[in-house]
Amino acid sequence: MVKKSRLHVPKTPARPGDAPDFSYLKLSPAGEIARPDAGSPWSGIRFLAEGLVRVLDDQHRAVGPWHPHLDPGELQIGLRHMLLTRAFDDRMQRIQRSGKISFYIRSYGEEAVSVAMAMALRPTDMLFPSYRNQGLHVVRGRPILDLMCQCLSNTRDMCKGRQLPVMYHWREGNIFSISGNLATQFPQAVGWAMAAAIKGEDNLAVSWIGEGSSAAADFHHALLFASVYRAPVILCVVNNQWAISTFQGHAGGERETFAARGPGYGIAGVRVDGNDFLAVHAVTQWAAERARTGAGPTLIEHVTYRAAAHSTSDDAARYRPKDDYQKFPLGDPVERLKNHLIALGEWSDARHQALVAELDEHVAGSWKEAVSFGTLTGGPSLDPGLMFQDVFAEMPEHLRRQEAEMRAELAGK
Amino acid sequence: MAQMNMIQALNSAMDIKLGQDPSVVVLGEDVGFFGGVFRVTDGLQRKYGESRVMDTPIAEGGIIAAAIGMAVNGLRPVAEIQFADYIYPGYDQIVSELARIRYRSAGEFKAPVTVRTPCGGGIRGGQTHSQSPEALFAHVAGLRVVMPSNPHDAKGLLIAAIEDDDPVIYFEPKRIYNGPFDGDPAKPAVPWSTHPKGEVPEGHFTVPIGKAEIARSGNDLTIVTYGTMVHVSDAAAKGLGLDAEIIDVRTMVPLDADTICASVARTGRCVIVHEATRFAGFGAELSATLQENCFWNLEAPILRVAGWDTPYPHAFEWEYFPGQARVAKALKAVMEAS
Repeated sequence: MVKKSRLHVPKTPARPGDAPDFSYLKLSPAGEIARPDAGSPWSGIRFLAEGLVRVLDDQHRAVGPWHPHLDPGELQIGLRHMLLTRAFDDRMQRIQRSGKISFYIRSYGEEAVSVAMAMALRPTDMLFPSYRNQGLHVVRGRPILDLMCQCLSNTRDMCKGRQLPVMYHWREGNIFSISGNLATQFPQAVGWAMAAAIKGEDNLAVSWIGEGSSAAADFHHALLFASVYRAPVILCVVNNQWAISTFQGHAGGERETFAARGPGYGIAGVRVDGNDFLAVHAVTQWAAERARTGAGPTLIEHVTYRAAAHSTSDDAARYRPKDDYQKFPLGDPVERLKNHLIALGEWSDARHQALVAELDEHVAGSWKEAVSFGTLTGGPSLDPGLMFQDVFAEMPEHLRRQEAEMRAELAGK
Repeated sequence: MAQMNMIQALNSAMDIKLGQDPSVVVLGEDVGFFGGVFRVTDGLQRKYGESRVMDTPIAEGGIIAAAIGMAVNGLRPVAEIQFADYIYPGYDQIVSELARIRYRSAGEFKAPVTVRTPCGGGIRGGQTHSQSPEALFAHVAGLRVVMPSNPHDAKGLLIAAIEDDDPVIYFEPKRIYNGPFDGDPAKPAVPWSTHPKGEVPEGHFTVPIGKAEIARSGNDLTIVTYGTMVHVSDAAAKGLGLDAEIIDVRTMVPLDADTICASVARTGRCVIVHEATRFAGFGAELSATLQENCFWNLEAPILRVAGWDTPYPHAFEWEYFPGQARVAKALKAVMEAS
């Protein structure tokens, strides 16, 4: 038989009508992966990029060397942040369906990635998020009201009506502006970290990217620059299995883990159960210590699942099995932390329900207040003259003229 | 005052800013130990150290992105893109990110990055070392775009760019790094010491961004041009014995339309000259601006002289280059129109 070259097209494990199939996912039992010293040379810890760091086992116990031994009070705060993020997302999804905002992106199923990481970092660490990291704002204390006002492009919109919903920023909270173009924030975070090192400051930059957009050149620039200059940065690939309708195999996940890109560039790579709050927290602490002590950057792959559609503009039932998420072997991050707290005797179903109700009420109250500052279609409205501001530090003559022209046009002159 | 060529003037600008302001850093391919392929950053790494004058990987997108991140963290990076022809891998980071960070964050974040890049042909660089892509950046809201034509302005504009709170795309016409060039490659090279603009203050000074300069006053017609073409246009006008007023645009964005329009309104005749390709080039914007503002003062149609709408060819460089003959033909046509 003559051997011939054939185009290989990565297989998608299950499409609508198929039974969910996660046999492709390499898992490690909770507690199995060793925890090396945070200062270990990258070359000796390649196993971290291949295995899966997990702390919570099937009996909801925290086990193994990555157990972060967090105070139950802190775990309860983490649960609260995740639940608030989820309640906010659910509300905004329904509001988008009612036509009051143009667009929304939920982080359903991925809440632990943002919440556990933000809780393991210092408030002075600079965050360069993707558009599915709203939990970062929640942890750092940004009122839900502010996020809602941004989604509404109303008179309290932090973006002054210039950005799509969810493209938040928060200078005071050290959270960078979300672009809307994918992957661009990844190498910018590295530049920020390089500057911190140049200035001799102790702060880290942290950035998130989807496994789909890790295909972009920006991803490779980020890893290369991080490696070359040993920048104090934590780079995260949130592998939620899906880039809109495209399975992660098409982003290069079929043959090698995304975490393994790290050792390929000479930096540490860690693959972590992204739905395990404790594991994400522990890995973040490890990577932060590594960066702060000059041992260099870390690439973290969070293995998780995008439980919702990509955004309000697509219907996930058209490209994957309806019950995919119910069968995802790493479960749901909120349920797992809740069950762990119950197993510790630090939580109960009744307390959980009461918290969910309290947060729903908070979200509903915030929404009521948010719309009092206007909606995209109803007043009070932003002054359209704002479109001419902040293009430059000072408005140049041609924009002054165009603003006057626009005002005359609106006045019917 | 000191005699400087453009390379020395640019080097002096960065030297002064690196010395004055610890937040200024320089990064780019070969800019460190070697001092840049055109020697513009020569000696700066020795003087200011490896963490302030950095050699980078060959990744223009990474260079621009890293500069953005540094700027967001309080530095004032000066990024060199080795040739303007190499800038396109960084184009997304410039257009979608650098230009809009202040805007999209409603002024909470800013990115005061200066991107220096040698442009233009006449050095036997072929199609990948000769381009003049200024129009691609002038078209983008949020970028300042400048191109000096002499050492004095090169230094003053670069200091102004580094001190500016907005991103600046800074084009350096490399054919005139070492001396003014009148468009005739057969003539012996002329050093900047022969030109009054080769006299450059040694210390700190700025040339304001957004101001054109009347490089030569005259009454017969106005030539609106920038970069290398200031010198070619001057020679072409002199060759015809014309008393041309030559406006050196210097800054494409924001454009000093007042200075340009005032001159054309007075002379009533105008030729626009640039080295970049003609179609949808920056000359089209100049021509449209002049038509809108000076139509009733015009004695003749405004003509554009530019590079042909082809890639910059290696073997036919001087047939491509808008030299004195092409400029002179347009000058004559505009003068002869009644």
